[in-house]
Amino acid sequence: MQRTSAMIVALAMLTLGAAPLAKAGPAADLKAFQAYFQTRFPTLALQDYVDGPYNFSANDRAQWKQILEFPPYSFAVDAGKTAFGTKFPDGADYASCFPLGGIGIAQDYPKFDEKTGKVVTIGIAINECRKRHGLKPLSLTKGELADIVAYMTSTSDGKLIHVVIPNDKRAIAAYEAGKEYFYSRRGQLNFSCASCHVQAAGKRLRGQYLAPALGITASFPVYRSKWGDVGTLVRRFIGCNRKVRSVPAKPDSAAYRDLAYFLTYMSNGLPIAGPGARS
Amino acid sequence: MKTELRRSRQEMGKHTMMTEPRKTGPARRTVLLGAAGAAAALAMPRSGLAAASVPAPKASLWPEAAFKATVPDAALKALWGSSTLVSTDQVKMEAPDIAENGAVVPISVDANETAITGAALLARHNPYSLACAYEIPEGTSPAISSRLKLARTTEVVAAVKAGGKLYATSKQVKVTLGGCG
Amino acid sequence: MAHQILVHATTSGGVTTVEALIKHPMDSGFVKGKDGKLIPPHYIEVVEFTHKGKLVLRGFWGPAVSKNPFIRFSFKGGASGDPIGVSWVDNKGETANMSASIM
Repeated sequence: MQRTSAMIVALAMLTLGAAPLAKAGPAADLKAFQAYFQTRFPTLALQDYVDGPYNFSANDRAQWKQILEFPPYSFAVDAGKTAFGTKFPDGADYASCFPLGGIGIAQDYPKFDEKTGKVVTIGIAINECRKRHGLKPLSLTKGELADIVAYMTSTSDGKLIHVVIPNDKRAIAAYEAGKEYFYSRRGQLNFSCASCHVQAAGKRLRGQYLAPALGITASFPVYRSKWGDVGTLVRRFIGCNRKVRSVPAKPDSAAYRDLAYFLTYMSNGLPIAGPGARS
Repeated sequence: MKTELRRSRQEMGKHTMMTEPRKTGPARRTVLLGAAGAAAALAMPRSGLAAASVPAPKASLWPEAAFKATVPDAALKALWGSSTLVSTDQVKMEAPDIAENGAVVPISVDANETAITGAALLARHNPYSLACAYEIPEGTSPAISSRLKLARTTEVVAAVKAGGKLYATSKQVKVTLGGCG
Repeated sequence: MAHQILVHATTSGGVTTVEALIKHPMDSGFVKGKDGKLIPPHYIEVVEFTHKGKLVLRGFWGPAVSKNPFIRFSFKGGASGDPIGVSWVDNKGETANMSASIM
């Protein structure tokens, strides 16, 4: 009798323990993520998060504002507009590859491509367009592609980020993979993205303030004074990986696509603030 | 160095109180491109040059000796023939207390003196002291804004030349190490 | 051809304000490249701004001016539509120039 009841208890425990932790799902994650930061920084309105580190230092904010008076990404937007409008050898152009001719759509990226089952960032979409028209892909991190993304993003200035995660197992898996990447420690320094951009958000790493993860993608592509030119989100992922002494992934890797998917989704509802300027 | 650390610890503990009224969304400027406005630009020849191109400045005008000087006094002597500066609050300089990035520091000079013919910005601890200098024709204001590189924490001097005399103000600008790479 | 000099000139109350962003690496000669070798100095030495052909500012720049130099200054006079000329020469003898209209 005792053995049976023990077995019943054991069986019950096993069943309960074996039940997978109910995954909250992207929508619930989004709510919790944004609520976490809003509780932590009660003086910041939701749209303020796109100002990143400049929410935490009047000294740095003033310099940033001065630099924005004639934005350093102006050349990139100008070059990007020219490149975007240049016809391909076969007579087509970038506008033909994108909804709404590529104008005012940056806030919808990254997207999930149901045909290929992969996440597509705006940079990858540009290269796919080039491929369809017989052109070689461009670097995903800087140069002409970054200029084109800068131009396209500038046409979405102020539009609210609206990344869609369809009710598709593959899309949700990509989102979850990105989320896992974000929270996983890596590299010799053993930091996760969250170590700096959640736990230490608003605090300093030597002389620099750390931007909260909320809103962090909104200002991309970004002109960094350090780079002296404009770079994409992927360029920054690679740089951050190097900084924690982790071997970076390839620019078009699933790891970065999925991370961009998760991270941008977490800023849904915030306004596009790119291209942006940072130190 | 100690003062910088003390300040940073003070700042780390608190959320910065942003007392300025915040506009909704980022403060942005629409970038107005290039020559003669958008409509005219379309009408321009593809080469991008205006019909009458602006002649190039004479490179020989560049005050080489002034730009090779490694101390402010020598730079000023080479530039204006004198290093005697009258310190005055009639010369104003806008520069940050702490440079967010030493490679791009917004610095401006302005002055209330009359008959200003020249302005200069110098950084004492830069490899070469003279950062930039301007010849100011009559009718042009001495209020000039630039973005400069500062190699390290340094005194920055803004000087103007007016009626044979040199007037100046200075400010310490801190340059720290970034951490984010 | 993408622009190498961007100018924004406005006039108000008898004063014209000129803002310019000039594409140039402004290499100081102190920075090493990826190959570990110093990138040679390459910076604008003289820049001139004209209004209707008359000089309104001459700048002497050096390696301490930031990459893609920015400048803002103002002068008395100027009317909407007037030409503002910008022209520079660098330490390698390279030049560039453009003309923009006051808005």
